[in-house]
Amino acid sequence: MSILIDRTTPVLVQGITGKIGSFHAKEMIDYGTHVVGGVVPGRGGENVHGVPVYDTMKEAVEQTGASISIVFVPPPFAADSIMEAADSGIKLCAAITDGIPAQDMIRVKRYMRRYQRENRMQLIGPNCAGIISPGKALLGIMPGHIYQAGSIGVVGRSGTLGYEAASQMKELGIGVSTSVGIGGDPINGSSFKDVLALFEEDPETSAVAMIGEIGGPQEAEAAEFIRDHMTKPVVAYVAGLSAPKGRTMGHAGAIISAFGESASEKVEILRDVGVTIAPDPSQIGSTIAGVVSKAA
Amino acid sequence: MDIHEYQAKEILSGFGVPVPRGGLAYSPEQAAYRAREIGGDCWVVKAQVHTGGRGKAGGVMVCNSEHEVHDAANELFGKRLVTHQTGPKGKVVYRVYVEGAAAIEQEIYLGFVLDRKSERVMVVASAAGGMEIEEISATKPESIIRSVVEPAVGIQDFQAREIAFSLGLKPAQIQQAVSTIKGCYRAFRELDATMVEVNPLVVTADGAIVALDAKMTFDDNALFRHPSVSELRDKSQEDPRESQAADRGLSYVGLEGKIGCIVNGAGLAMATMDMIELAGGQPANFLDIGGGASPERVAKAFRLVMSDGDVQAILVNIFAGINRCDWVAEGIVQALEANPVNVPVIVRLAGTHVEEGRKILSKSGLPIIRAATLKEAAERAVSAWQNDIKHNVKMVASS
Repeated sequence: MSILIDRTTPVLVQGITGKIGSFHAKEMIDYGTHVVGGVVPGRGGENVHGVPVYDTMKEAVEQTGASISIVFVPPPFAADSIMEAADSGIKLCAAITDGIPAQDMIRVKRYMRRYQRENRMQLIGPNCAGIISPGKALLGIMPGHIYQAGSIGVVGRSGTLGYEAASQMKELGIGVSTSVGIGGDPINGSSFKDVLALFEEDPETSAVAMIGEIGGPQEAEAAEFIRDHMTKPVVAYVAGLSAPKGRTMGHAGAIISAFGESASEKVEILRDVGVTIAPDPSQIGSTIAGVVSKAA
Repeated sequence: MDIHEYQAKEILSGFGVPVPRGGLAYSPEQAAYRAREIGGDCWVVKAQVHTGGRGKAGGVMVCNSEHEVHDAANELFGKRLVTHQTGPKGKVVYRVYVEGAAAIEQEIYLGFVLDRKSERVMVVASAAGGMEIEEISATKPESIIRSVVEPAVGIQDFQAREIAFSLGLKPAQIQQAVSTIKGCYRAFRELDATMVEVNPLVVTADGAIVALDAKMTFDDNALFRHPSVSELRDKSQEDPRESQAADRGLSYVGLEGKIGCIVNGAGLAMATMDMIELAGGQPANFLDIGGGASPERVAKAFRLVMSDGDVQAILVNIFAGINRCDWVAEGIVQALEANPVNVPVIVRLAGTHVEEGRKILSKSGLPIIRAATLKEAAERAVSAWQNDIKHNVKMVASS
């Protein structure tokens, strides 16, 4: 089992004619994702990797019945594309684009609130690696072959650090149910808490690995959720122990600007609610192995 | 991106925020001339550097004659201001701003930030102005007023009024305060700022409201639509390595340690730094070379890391996902052959085609120290660095 995506859900690729969009659309199709079309304004009627391109999301959803989209649109236009997806009836959208202005994301989040909760699109990202359910479907840019199918849910901000964790787990024979990248931007779609809630509900996820980093309140919010609602064990690593205050470390959101935003403070907050902390990034896999064997 | 105080004041004044009369100077003579232009008998000479805490570091001087203005400016030019925000290297003063001094009745803190919790712009104010917000929240947390702005309609008059009354302003000052608060918000919103801070906003002896200091930071991701803001960038205030990196599309942060890092991905780069520290070393930098680690990118990264004279070992940690380790390995070999380095190089490759990548590294004959895991890489980097220092010390001792 998995969360969010499976082999049959029809997917649209926004920005499919661009270099990056086209490359990853092919990777996703090869992995087995049910890609049914792409959307690029002004390129309707073309064909990319055997799927049709449409001018608008509304038309594409009407023609294909897609309920999921992935955004590879360049930063100046990406927020508009996300809102277009929300308005066309898409249920889940993964925004891969890195570099969207923060105030555009404020607008996106405000815009999405005009839909009632049950009709509201779930946004993953932006500036993220997307979602993978190993052996089933890929809605993102992860290298599929490093993931083994299994029962550990993974949620993290960083792409490559997620790969590092997945390969450490594979090395130890531990598989992943779904891995979700929520992205490194200061204002994003789904938070750690949102994804933890999905893993808690998923019958085939037995434990969750959470990979956080410096900056922002989302790890602390997740800790509250874990304390009040999680029954499954959670393992966490928070990157940026050695990061100085007030400097942006690559991700636009990776900056310590307030109390509780440093790695050591986040580690304390998570430890307090019973999360098992991986002492360093090379022990994410072994810490999960320890928790899983204790639970068994 | 940060800008100078005088630039922030010019912008805010365009949005209706009252600022003191002032003039920029590049020389002591110009500073004295500015004082005469402004008039009056008391001036403030302020170092223009991208940091807070200038007053405590001696970067703000009150003068009572044109002669004093000249001397104050003379003292400031070329001075390296070290504040709690700049790090030990400090920031050099190349510009000063001369302003007419005002008699201050009351000092207020007024700030605008992107609040990540509410995902909106938040106004933060306090009647305990003049000190930094961290200090206010530590010593007078009850004085802090917060107000979140609804993004669809922007800040409303009543919100600004509530803030103004909570600050204890007199009825005659409320309208001025409202237009100041609204002006700052509009500047924030329209120019894609991530922070606007007026500290202090003062009430003068004659009852006027004036922004005595101003600071603005802009969203780098939004500069594409604000060329007039991009123009305000002052590279003399940046770490030269960081500006070089930014110009080349690499994400780099200079740090104080000795072990240079070349990593793909921001999270993995932070994790690599953590690992070095746990192994007993100190990272010299954060560097994310991004997705496609082409030979050119790897070469650029090596040049950048080596341009830091303090670097005594280099740790390369690449997790090739979509990328391929054999291509990355070729990039490393090409980079090192074209620009040999005289410090130990430790390489950890993982992911796609890792075996082919390792073969390329060993076939090259270059003295690369290889590591299989993140932990091994950090430990080998730290021990190679320590051995290298000992070796060099011995050579110095025997010669």
